[in-house]
Amino acid sequence: MREVAIVAAGMTHFGELWGASLRDLFVEAAQGALTAAGTDHLDAIYVGNMSAGQFVGQEHLGPLMADHLGMAGVPSVRVESACASGGVALRTAFLEVASGASDLVLAAGVEKMNDGADVTAILATASDQETEVYHGATFPGLYALIARAHMAAHGTTEEDLAWVSVKNHRHGALNERAQFQRELTTDQVLSSALVSEPLRLLHCSPVSDGAAAVLVCPLDQASKYTDHPVVIRGTAMATASLALTDRRDMAFLDSVAASGARAYEMAGIGPEQVDVAEVHDCFSIAEICCIEALGFAPLGEGRHCARTGETALGGRIPVNTSGGLKSKGHPVGATGIAQAVELFEQLTGASGDRQVHGAEFGLAQNMGGTGASSVVHIFQAV
Amino acid sequence: MPSPRYWREIPSRYRLEATRCGDCGRVSYPPRRICPECRSTDGETIELSHEGRVLTYTVVHVPPDDFLMEAPYALAVVETPEGARMMVQVADCDPASVEAGMMVALEFRLIRREGKGGILCYGYKAVPAYPMGGEAEAELRSKESEVAHA
Ligand SMILES: [Zn+2]
Repeated sequence: MREVAIVAAGMTHFGELWGASLRDLFVEAAQGALTAAGTDHLDAIYVGNMSAGQFVGQEHLGPLMADHLGMAGVPSVRVESACASGGVALRTAFLEVASGASDLVLAAGVEKMNDGADVTAILATASDQETEVYHGATFPGLYALIARAHMAAHGTTEEDLAWVSVKNHRHGALNERAQFQRELTTDQVLSSALVSEPLRLLHCSPVSDGAAAVLVCPLDQASKYTDHPVVIRGTAMATASLALTDRRDMAFLDSVAASGARAYEMAGIGPEQVDVAEVHDCFSIAEICCIEALGFAPLGEGRHCARTGETALGGRIPVNTSGGLKSKGHPVGATGIAQAVELFEQLTGASGDRQVHGAEFGLAQNMGGTGASSVVHIFQAV
Repeated sequence: MPSPRYWREIPSRYRLEATRCGDCGRVSYPPRRICPECRSTDGETIELSHEGRVLTYTVVHVPPDDFLMEAPYALAVVETPEGARMMVQVADCDPASVEAGMMVALEFRLIRREGKGGILCYGYKAVPAYPMGGEAEAELRSKESEVAHA
C-alpha cells in the first residue's frame, strides 16, 4: 500500500443554518479544501452522509455533489454508516489512494438536519427498528440505558457525565466554527431538562447543519499541494450488534475497542503515544465509554478524566479540543470528517488558542448508532 | 411500518418466539437463522416465559412523534429466565419506580399507533410482577434484594 496523506481541509460553520441547503454546505466545505490545495482536479469523491433521504428527501448524493462542485464526470458516491458515515468516507478514500487506483480524492461529510423533519425518529433508524424503536426507544434513550449500565458497573455519576459537557464547552468556546461558543457549568447541565433519564439536554449533542472536507493523496505527491501534510498512519473499522440487548456488556463498546486496537497495530503505536484525540461524544456517556475502549483511561476510570482535566486542553491527553460533538455540533454525516479537520489543524500547528503544542500523533474515533459501527484513524505530523 | 412487515414479525411479537442454539445454548430473541455467538444453524424455536428481570432502564421524556401521548415512559432491558433479552416498556406503574433487578411480567398490549394511518401495533410490555404499594410489595422487594445481593 502507498503511504497516504491529508493535504488540505475545508469546513463550514456548524449550527442551525436555515439559509443553507444540503448542497450549499457541501460545496462550501469542498471548495475550501480545493482552494487550500490550489487544485481544480479530482480523481474521485466520497460523500459521507447518514440520511439526506429522510432529512431533506434527497438521495443519490454522489453525482449531485460532484455536479454542484463543478466536477460532473468525476466518480462520486455517498457512503453511509449512520453517524460514522464521515469517518467511513475518509477510510474509503484512504483505501482508494493507498491501492494506487487514484491519486487525489476528496473525502467529505455533510448533513442538513434542520429542515423540519422528525429528527428524533430519523436518528433512531440507526438503531434496531424491530426490537428497539418499535417499543419507543430513542437515541438518547439507548445511550441512557448505556449510562445506567455504566453507572451500575463502575459507579459513574450524573456529575461525572456533566463534567464531560463542561470540558467540551470550554474547548468549543475557543472554536469559531462551533455551534455553541460558550462555557457551561455543572449546575447548568444538571438542571437542564430531562431527555431520557439520566441524560439531560446538556448531556446531548445538538441538532446541526454543516459539512467538512479533506483532500487525500499519496505522501510522495503531497508537496504539490502543501508544505505541511499529515500522514494517515492507521485506519480501521469494526462492527457490533445494532441492538443493545445483543451486546455482551452494555457498558462497553466492543466496536470502539476493536477498531482502536486495529488502528494502533497498523500505526505501530499505542494509546500512550497519542497527543490529541477527537472521540464521538454524541452523549456525555459516550466520551467516557470511548476513552476507556481506546485505552486513554483504564476501564471504570474514564468517568474522572474530564473533572480532573486529564482530557482537557493542557491535560495528559486532550480529548475533543474542537469542542466535540457536544459543543462544536453534530451534523451526523459530517462529524467524522470534521474530526479529521480538527486533527489536521492540530498536527500542522494551525489550531490557535486550542493548539496542543508539539502534537505529533492524533486519533479520531467516529461511531454509528449506539456503537454498532466504529472507525478510527491515526494521523501523524511529518 | 408497512403492514406486510408487521404481519411478518407477528410470530416473535405475539408468541414471544425465540431461537435456542443447539450447539452453544445461546437464546436469541427475536429468532435468528444463524447463532450470533457460534454461527451454528442448528437452532430450535422456543417460546419464552412471560416474565423476567429488569437489567437496565431509562425514562424517556422526549419521544418520537408516534409515542408523544405516552411520555414520560419507562423503557427497560428485560432478561427472561431462558436468558433472552428484550427491550420493552414498563407499564402499569410510576416510571420513577422502575429499577434494576425488578421482577416483571410480560403482558400482551397495544404498543403504538403507527404513522398517519394509525395502524394499531401490538406486542409485549413489562408490568411489575406484583401489585405496587403496600406491605406485600415491601416484603417481596426485600426478598428480591436479598437474592440480588446473594
Ligand atoms: Zn450458538
